[in-house]
Amino acid sequence: MKKLLPSANNHKPPNSKFKTIVDRYSAKREKLISMLHDIQEEFRYLPEESLRSLSNELSVPLIKIYGIATFYKSFRLKRPGRHMLTVCLGTACHVRGGPRIADEISRVLDVKPGETTKDGEYSLETVNCLGCCAIGPVLVMDGKIFGQITTKSVKNILKQTDKDRNKKEGVAG
Amino acid sequence: MPTLKIDGLDVTVEPGTTVLEAAQFLGLEIPTLCHMDGLEPYGGCRLCLVEVGSGDKSRLVTSCTYPAEDGLTVRTNSKRVLRSRKMMVELLLSVCPSSRTIQDLASLMGVQKVRFKTRNDDCILCGRCVRMCKEQMDAGAIGFVNRGHKRKITTPFNMKSEVCRTCGGCIYVCPACNLRCQGPNAPGDVCGSCLSLQPTCTERFDDYMCYLGPTGNCGTCIKKEEN
Ligand code: FES
Ligand code: FES
Repeated sequence: MKKLLPSANNHKPPNSKFKTIVDRYSAKREKLISMLHDIQEEFRYLPEESLRSLSNELSVPLIKIYGIATFYKSFRLKRPGRHMLTVCLGTACHVRGGPRIADEISRVLDVKPGETTKDGEYSLETVNCLGCCAIGPVLVMDGKIFGQITTKSVKNILKQTDKDRNKKEGVAG
Repeated sequence: MPTLKIDGLDVTVEPGTTVLEAAQFLGLEIPTLCHMDGLEPYGGCRLCLVEVGSGDKSRLVTSCTYPAEDGLTVRTNSKRVLRSRKMMVELLLSVCPSSRTIQDLASLMGVQKVRFKTRNDDCILCGRCVRMCKEQMDAGAIGFVNRGHKRKITTPFNMKSEVCRTCGGCIYVCPACNLRCQGPNAPGDVCGSCLSLQPTCTERFDDYMCYLGPTGNCGTCIKKEEN
């Protein structure tokens, strides 16, 4: 079994970081979305605690903030895995076999789109067009774009991260 | 003060009045669902559609949100309006056939079958409860989350809200929570037991001729013509 990430559960945002973000926008309620973006950048998702604190700070009802956070697709309410896999299912990638790639990843990692593997390593997510249709089907992993993916190359890419991780952990430990 | 013409009747209202309020002031009936006195207009159910302007330039607007302007001509029950309203009821009925309010509206509008896939939801997203909670109860415990076909009304994180005082206001104003009466047909069907089969003036003329109910159901003019 792979190790759980430290503090994978019960994650509470350190108050100082949260405070700087709110102060950066001088706690103005019309800057709510910018704050949410910054919080997500800091913690990689929107922790429940931070939304609650935000509601207190700005005196905006919590449901309003929750509504906004669920309305936009770019906001994440669940803690993502260490590696983010984004498969494009836009029209161009779709006809070139994007769905097959997504299925393959689901099968190999045992994770459904929009979910995270049990060990907290990988999150799979699907999007509609990344704007680089010419190299489709497209897979983005941790911000790096891979074009012309096949079911075979998926495995290689995943292996790559495994190696990376082993290397890093070897050095650290 | 704006003066407008609704169904051929002149009316002068306070600035800031909506077309719906002006029509109600005249005693004209416009079916509504998401509108409720004391709550902000929302314009979500599209039942209160009326035709404004005349001739080719006329268009359909929701009367509950449309401000009464000077010189406006409004028709609350033209053929076009009735056709669109009927469609709205049919769509609502396909979402939530268990609601008595909507079944009643269907009977009133003469909707006899639903051509869409029934979803059997218990919410039509009219947002009355959301506005009630926020505006009248000053709590803001519930609201819309997600978007598109996943949109629904719930509390933050689907948990019991800390600001909810369980006043029950949301249930009190809900038009979908009152269950339909037990008819002879299956719960998902159109009930239609209250359907009026009498011919109405809107079947013959472009507008309704008397002011007895939103579909011209008195039928007097039709009888007169037949005799
Ligand atoms: S469809 Fe995949 S990048 Fe455009
Ligand atoms: S009453 Fe006007 S849109 Fe619902």
